[in-house]
This record gives sequence, structure tokens and C-alpha cells, in this order.
Amino acid sequence: MSAETTNWIRVTREENIPAREGRSVQIRDREIAIFNLGDRFAAIDAACPHRGGPLCDGIVTGNRAPSLDCGPVVGHAVVCPLHGWKVDLQTGDVLKPDVSVRVDTYDVRVSDDGVVEVAVPVAAQRSKKAA
Amino acid sequence: MEQLVIIGNGMAGVACLENILSHKHRFDITIFGDETHANYNRIMLSSVLAGEREADEITINGMDWYQKNGIGLRLGTRVIDVNTTLRTLTGEDGSVTRYDKLIFATGSSAFIPPMDGIYRRNVFTFRSMDDTNGMLRIAGPGKRAVIIGGGLLGLEAARGLQVRGCDVTVIHLVDTLMNNQLDSTAGDYVKEKMEAIGIKVLGGRRTKGLLGRDEVEAVELSDGERIPADLVVIAAGIRANSDLASRAGIQCNRGIIVNDYMETSDPRVFAVGECTEHRGETFGLVAPLFDQGKVLAATITGNRGPTFEGWAPAAKLKVMGVEVFSAGEFLETPGADVVRYEDPGSGVYKKLLVRNNRLAGCILVGDTTDSNRYMDWLRTGADLEVRRRNLLFPEPVTDKGSSIAEIPDNETVCGCMGVTKGRIIQVIHEKGICTMAQLKECTRASTGCGSCAGTCEGLLKAVAPDFVEEGKKVLCKCVPFSQDNLREIIFTQKLKSVQDVLEIYGDGIGCEICKPALSYLVDVVWCGDHEEDRSARFINDRVHANIQNDGTFSVIPRMRGGVTTPDELRKIADAADKYKVRTVKVTGSQRIDLLGVKKSDLPGIWADLGMPSGQGYAKGVRMVKTCVGTEFCRFGVQDAMTTGIELEKRLENLYTPHKTKLGVTGCPRNCAEVTVKDIGLVGQEGSWQVVVGGAAGKHVRKADLLITVETTDEAIEAALLFFQYYRENGNYLERTYDFVERFGIEKIRKETVYAQPKEKRILLRRLQKAKALSKDAWLDRENPTPTQFVQIQTIQSIMDTQVEATIQ
Ligand code: SRM
Ligand SMILES: Cc1cc2nc3c(=O)[nH]c(=O)nc-3n(C[C@H](O)[C@H](O)[C@H](O)COP(=O)(O)OP(=O)(O)OC[C@H]3O[C@@H](n4cnc5c(N)ncnc54)[C@H](O)[C@@H]3O)c2cc1C
Ligand code: SF4
Ligand code: FES
Repeated sequence: MSAETTNWIRVTREENIPAREGRSVQIRDREIAIFNLGDRFAAIDAACPHRGGPLCDGIVTGNRAPSLDCGPVVGHAVVCPLHGWKVDLQTGDVLKPDVSVRVDTYDVRVSDDGVVEVAVPVAAQRSKKAA
Repeated sequence: MEQLVIIGNGMAGVACLENILSHKHRFDITIFGDETHANYNRIMLSSVLAGEREADEITINGMDWYQKNGIGLRLGTRVIDVNTTLRTLTGEDGSVTRYDKLIFATGSSAFIPPMDGIYRRNVFTFRSMDDTNGMLRIAGPGKRAVIIGGGLLGLEAARGLQVRGCDVTVIHLVDTLMNNQLDSTAGDYVKEKMEAIGIKVLGGRRTKGLLGRDEVEAVELSDGERIPADLVVIAAGIRANSDLASRAGIQCNRGIIVNDYMETSDPRVFAVGECTEHRGETFGLVAPLFDQGKVLAATITGNRGPTFEGWAPAAKLKVMGVEVFSAGEFLETPGADVVRYEDPGSGVYKKLLVRNNRLAGCILVGDTTDSNRYMDWLRTGADLEVRRRNLLFPEPVTDKGSSIAEIPDNETVCGCMGVTKGRIIQVIHEKGICTMAQLKECTRASTGCGSCAGTCEGLLKAVAPDFVEEGKKVLCKCVPFSQDNLREIIFTQKLKSVQDVLEIYGDGIGCEICKPALSYLVDVVWCGDHEEDRSARFINDRVHANIQNDGTFSVIPRMRGGVTTPDELRKIADAADKYKVRTVKVTGSQRIDLLGVKKSDLPGIWADLGMPSGQGYAKGVRMVKTCVGTEFCRFGVQDAMTTGIELEKRLENLYTPHKTKLGVTGCPRNCAEVTVKDIGLVGQEGSWQVVVGGAAGKHVRKADLLITVETTDEAIEAALLFFQYYRENGNYLERTYDFVERFGIEKIRKETVYAQPKEKRILLRRLQKAKALSKDAWLDRENPTPTQFVQIQTIQSIMDTQVEATIQ
């Protein structure tokens, strides 16, 4: 996401999102789930593409390459608490079941004063405003 | 489509049908059965009678199987006429059905010797489920049962009724019991053994008739002696059901005559099972009948080729403690060498008849472990010359584990289902089988009398590359250890948190399968003295409520024993109003569910209710369901409510491998349905029965009896012992119904209620420790972890960013 189209939003102090858990935040029309992965944070749309389950409430798991079940862990994913869909926290791709659906992802950073910041597209905010 | 009709929904007919279905065929199939039960394992009726199995456990193919395979099933319809010219058959209900091909699989019936008074009530034969149920209705302590006939069926019926508490007498026409299979020495051994387990045997006596008014009252012998009887079983042999075929003009003798392809004298008519006569022989055991079924399936589907060559007659007695096996010839005849072993002290008698270095027959009493080996020698005509020194005992085994390797490939491992070692190995390789359950499903091995289970498991272990003993599977890819192993690791390495285990023994991250499992394991190993890590828990266990399809939650407060008060009900009503609860529902577990509560409202509603968590979301103690018992019920003999509430108090807030549901009922009428609970207490006059491993969810399982005790304290202690034992040994997500089956009730009894007092104390102490450290999860409302229940609010007002964004 390029700097022109996104906007960094100061969300919350990092300790408000416990290690290996997720929390959701409403930013305009978007409900975003932010996960604390220990050494970094990740953010994706909070609504599961299956039936809208709360991804922020899912269990954070490892994500293995090349397929799901073998090979070394290459990243993180979250498992939806409702029916177990598994979503990649880096790319937003649904890893399980085998469907080509993805959710939006957002850049996250922690500011010097310990606040989690998420980059939210400006366009999205405009479109909401227009609607 | 050709119309294929099968008469007889028994073991041989349906087994043959299974084979037909596995061939390519163009049949529209209808099956008639005059019994009203789906296809079941008739062999196991003896076990049902003896209470070793429940009637519903012996189904082979349930109704869904017929449906799935598109088979028209006409249960409870007897075929009374077959017209081979018109190619029709007529049912008892008047229905007429056309066929292109017809299979007789009518089995046989009990032979009833001529005698007076057999139509009195409480006189049974022993052939069907209905017969068995009929006997069970009458059998019980103090009842006198007389069995007419001391053959296989008679002796199995005698044992079953005796286990049920009856006083049993067996009357046999000749001196030798099982005289169709045994010589007189063997018969004497069997008689001695039957008498030793408490069954009276009257040999060499003829029955004249049955006496009584409506119900039978006594059996009269031809010498005038009268034996009082409340129930009589006639087990004097079987006769093939060939009348129907015979009337239709099909050639019959003692049975329906079939050739080696299982064809009868009519080209469109076939027969299989006990109704047949092949090369002058009739049959009484399933193994050859299954063989017939395979041959017939080939013949009828246009693959005529395989032939049925007959089997040597064989018999095995299924009476625990009275092992008997006989096959082939059993009487000494000129030209046959007799090889004999006898040890009266331990009740072992073995006799082999060998002619021209080939086995002609054998009798085994007291030790039947080698029966399959002899059966194969008989069937294959193996040359025994080199084995002459080791005929009665297996050749010395050179190294451990090789006894299974030594079984030749063509040797039958499962005698009931006729499955050879070679077949098992082939299936293991072809289908990649690695558990006993799969093996049973694919080969049917070990689904008959079950005595070959050990050998089958041994074979699996030896041959299957990824053999998994039930319950020993690794948890998952992230922590590749079995749960038993992990318990050990957690304990010896003193690991107190999920993350510690994942970092040292796993991939550092874990997944949705191992994290909740490890959360449970660290809790149970340290009796609650572990570091709780919410991130490893499923959302329900993070917020102590059950997530719903719309992301809201349900709230079920604890209502011990299903007993509540007006005050509690008022609080529930007020809370429901205040938090705009969508639905208030009485659950299946005698408590009240408030459905559709927002996550952020959870702490508030818990506080308003002022009741502890019912753990309705957790793998933990759900409820103790009770009935009113002695406090109100006119039949109650034990105080179910007080006992249930006490039990719930002792166990609430504890976690278990899977949810645990308990019940206490005031008398055997069982209004609290405790025999289908994980742990149940059944009140009886002056005692309690403690039962475990029951289920009435995905499937139904009647709980096993753990112990019967006199006092309520003892009953609660037994329940606690089992509870802690399950906590410590069950795999995560293993309900007690699977756990009890995996461990076996005998082992569980030995290690809980019948354990040494010291071991019992240790189990209970660990339970007490865990209980002392446990707490009501809803107290989390008092100091929640940051943002546990609320959605995060942005620090920066979104309005600001709006402006900023517009400027950019
Ligand atoms: C609320 C309740 C239904 C009701 O309205 O009565 C219920 C609701 C659920 N049951 Fe149940 N069960 C409820 C009584 C039962 C009973 C009856 C009983 O307890 O006497 C059974 C059969 C007995 C048993 O437990 O086996 C029962 C057998 C199941 C099963 C099958 C378990 C099995 O292994 O056979 C599941 C699925 C599972 O656990 O894997 C299940 C799972 C569920 C879940 C938790 C599914 C889920 O994970 O979301 C349901 C939650 C619904 C929700 O949105 O809150 N529920 N469930 C009952 C709560 C009782 C309580 O007060 O705690
Ligand atoms: C108590 C008991 C214990 C046994 N133990 C052993 C054992 O340990 N090992 C062993 O190998 N064998 C054992 N057997 C024998 C075994 O059960 C039989 O060999 C086997 O069931 C025969 O199969 P079948 O299909 O030929 O006959 P069945 O299983 O009897 O099936 C025939 C079916 O056809 C029905 N039928 C008959 N006539 C009609 C009609 N006109 N219209 C509609 N339906 C009809 C009958 O009611 C019956 O349901 C035992 C049998 C009993 C009763
Ligand atoms: S189980 Fe017995 S005591 Fe309890 S309510 Fe039913 S009849 Fe009464
Ligand atoms: S809503 Fe997420 S898996 Fe169904």
C-alpha cells in the first residue's frame, strides 16, 4: 500500500493486545483485527470471508510451506472460531479450505511511544463517506 | 435392470449381498426377512444373553446401509410361496413380487423333538433376537431354567441364563455332552467344567414332555422324574429351512441342494447359507457360509468360475472358562493314529486324529489357542510328516515376536469370518490401514466372536508401516508426540505453560489443535498449579461463554442438580431484561441458557446473576442431572437431589479431557437418564450402582458398571476416583465413552475402585489439590485482563484522520 492512499491511525497501546491474541477495532467502515505476534503485529479484516465470524477471536497458529501440513513454519495464520477457516495473517489468503478468497490486510507499526498504528486506505474512508 | 430377490435377511444372505455389491452388477435388489431386526450377528446372541453385549451392539448392517445401497428391504415379511414358472413370490402380507433371479438364504430353524406340551408359555428355542429377548424377559435371580439339549447352543444358553442369576439344569439325551463334536472323554471334561461353574447336567436322560397350565411349570423325563422350571429352552439341533424351496419344486434333501457354484436345480434360483446342502453336507457355522457367499456372488454377477469345495465341520463353544473346539472327525476309527494329551488337573484335553500323515480331525478342551492352526491343516491337507514331534504344541519359537511371522499366509486368522493372514496383510498394504477399527471395517476380521483380536493387532503392529495403537497418535505436526508422552515430558521437564512446551518440544507457535490440548495437559499434570495462557485457549475459554453463529455468546449459570430457587429465577429474569437477552431457554441439562449476549456485556450479566459459571462452554464439568428421589418420589429409594448437588459441588470448576456430564437417580427407573451419562449413580434399595462411559449424543452407549457400593459416601468416592483417573489418562477431546472402550472397564476398575488403598489416596489427593486451586471462571469479571471483553477504541479520533485524509 503506497503512502499516498493510506493513512496511519493510532489505535491503542501495545499492552492492550496480549501476546498471541487478537483484538478488533472499528475504523470507519472497517472492522480490523490486530494480532500481537510477539515480535510484531499483523492486521487483517476482522470478518471471516466464510460467514463473517470474528477472526480477532481465533487462535493464532503457524503457517507451513509449501502445503499446509508439512514443511517448516513460515508465518502466522488465524483460525476462525466458528467453522475453522484458516486465514494467512501476512497475505490475507484463506489457507483452509482450499478456496481462492482473501481478506484485506493492513500494515501495522508500533510508534516510539508504544502505540500500535494501522495503515488504513484513504479511499475506503472516502467511499464510506460518500455512501 | 434385472430383479434380484433374496429370501432371508440373515448372516449368509447379507454377507453374500455385500459381495454382490462389490461386483459390477445390474440388479434391482429386494430382500425379504421375516425377523423385524436389521441384519445382525447371530453368533453374538450368546453374548447378548450373557450380558456381555447389548442387543444394539451386534447389528452388522443397519437400516442406513440398505438405504445407501438402494436395497429394498421387506422386514417382518415372511415369504410363503414361490412360483418358479411365473417367477413370482408371495409374501405373508399377500404381496406378489417378480424376480429374474432368486436367492434362498433362509437359514435353519431349531429342531423340536416330538414331546408333549411344547406350546406352553415360557418355552423358547435359541435362534433369533426375539428368542433371546424373550428369555431375558423372564430370566433373573431365583428363576429355574431347564435346557433340553447339551450341544453347543444348549450349553451357551445355559451359561447365559446362569449369568443372569437363573438356576440352570441341562438335560441331554446321551451321556456325552456335545456328542456331535466330542468323544466321551472330552464330553466328560466339558461336563465337569459346566458343573464347576454351577450348572447341573443330567446326561443320558430323555425328555417326555412339558407340564404346566398356560406357563410351563416342569419338565417331565421319561423315567418319570419332574424338574421344576420357570423357563425352558429347547436346543436339540437345527434343521435347514428348505420347505419353501422344496414346495416350489427345487431339489432338496436335508437342505436345498446346491452344486459347487451355488446353483440349485432351477437355473434362476440359487441358495446360500445354512439352508443349503452341498455334497451331502449341511452347515452350522458361518465361515463356510461366507465362502459360499463369495462364490455365489461371482456366479450370479456373470463371473461364474470360483467354486465352493466344502469345509470340514468345526465347532467352538463360546462359554467363558469352558474352551472347547472340535473339527473334522472326532471318533477313533481304524487306520487313524490318535495323538493325545491330557491333564485332568488343569482340565486340558487334546486329541488329534492323523491318517496318512494328514490331519483328519481334532478335539481341544481347556486350551483352544491352536484351533486355527489345526483348522488350516484340515482344510489344506497339510503333510504333517516333518511336524510329527510337535503336533500338539507349536514348534518352538526362536525369537520374540516371530510367532506371528510364523503363521503361514494362507492360515485363517479369524475363524468366524474366514479371513486369512494373507488377506489381512494384503488389505493393510493396499488400503494403508493402520488401526484395528479400519481393519475390522475392511476385512470383517475380529468382528465375529472376537477371539482373534490379539493376533490381528499383532499383525497390524508387524505389518502396517504407520500402525497406531488406539490413542497413541501424535498430537499434531507442531508437537509430534503422543499425549501420554507429553504428560510425561511436561512432568519430568517441569514445563508449566503451553508456550514452554511449544518452544522446547514443538515449533514454537502451535496450532488450533495442539494449543487447547496442551492447555489442558499442563493444567491436569500440575493439578491447576500451571501458568494459564489464554492465547492458547479457544475463544469460549477466553471469555467463559459459548460463541454463537453471530459472534454473540450464551450464558448458562450453574444450577446444581437442576435445583433452583424463586430468588435465582428472579435474578435470571431481571438479567435477561436488563441485557436484552434474545432467548431464554431451558437446556437439555436441567438449567437455563441466556442466549445472544454481547461479549462486552458478559462481566455485567455474570455480576447481576450472582451465580457461578455452569461451564457450558468448557471441556469440563457440565452438570449433575438429578431426579427428585426420596425427597418427593413415591418410588425413590435414594436421595438423588442431595447426592447430585454434593457431587456437583465436589467437581465443579474442574476441567476434563472433554465435557463431562453426570447424573444421579433415585431408583432404577432412572428418570435422570444416568446410564447414558459419563458418570452416573443409580440408587437402589440399600446401595448405589456407579456407572461410567455412557453416551447419548453422536452415538448411544450404555454406561458400564464400575462398582456397586452400600453408602452414598462410597458412591461419591467411586465417582471421584473414576473422574480423576479419566482426567489423568484421557486424551484431550476423548469423551468417557471412547476412553472406557479404549482402556477397558476391567483395567479401569482395577486401577480405581479396586486399586490399593494407597493408590486410591494418591488419586484423590491430586483431585483435591486441583479442586483447591480451581475457581469460578466468571470471577474474571473482577479483574479482567486488559480488553478481554471489550472492543478496542482508537486513541486518535477517527474524525481527525478524516480531515487529515481529505487534506492529503
Ligand atoms: C444449549 C444446549 C442445547 C439446549 O438448548 O438444550 C447445547 C448446545 C450445544 N451443544 Fe450440546 N447442548 C446441550 C445439551 C447436550 C446434550 C444433552 C445433555 O447434556 O443432557 C447432549 C447429549 C449428551 C452428550 O453430551 O453426549 C449434547 C451433545 C452435544 C455434542 C455431541 C457430543 C458427543 O460426543 O456425542 C456436541 C458436539 C461436541 O461436543 O463435539 C455438542 C455441542 C454443543 C454446542 C456447544 C456446539 C458448539 O460448539 O457451539 C452447542 C452450543 C449452542 C450455543 O450456541 O450455545 N452437544 N448436548 C444444551 C446445553 C446443556 C447445558 O445446560 O450445558
Ligand atoms: C445362539 C447362536 C450361536 C451361534 N454361534 C456360532 C458361532 O460361535 N460360530 C459360528 O460360526 N456360528 C454360530 N452360530 C451359527 C450362525 O449364526 C449361523 O451359521 C448363521 O447365522 C447362518 O446364516 P444364514 O444366513 O444361513 O441363516 P440365518 O442367519 O438364520 O438367516 C436366515 C434368515 O432368513 C429368515 N427366513 C427364513 N425363512 C424365511 C422366509 N420364508 N421368508 C422370509 N425370511 C425367512 C430367517 O428368519 C432368518 O432371519 C450360532 C447360532 C446361534 C443361534
Ligand atoms: S428415578 Fe425413581 S426416584 Fe427418581 S423420580 Fe424416577 S421413579 Fe422417582
Ligand atoms: S465464519 Fe469463519 S469459518 Fe465459518
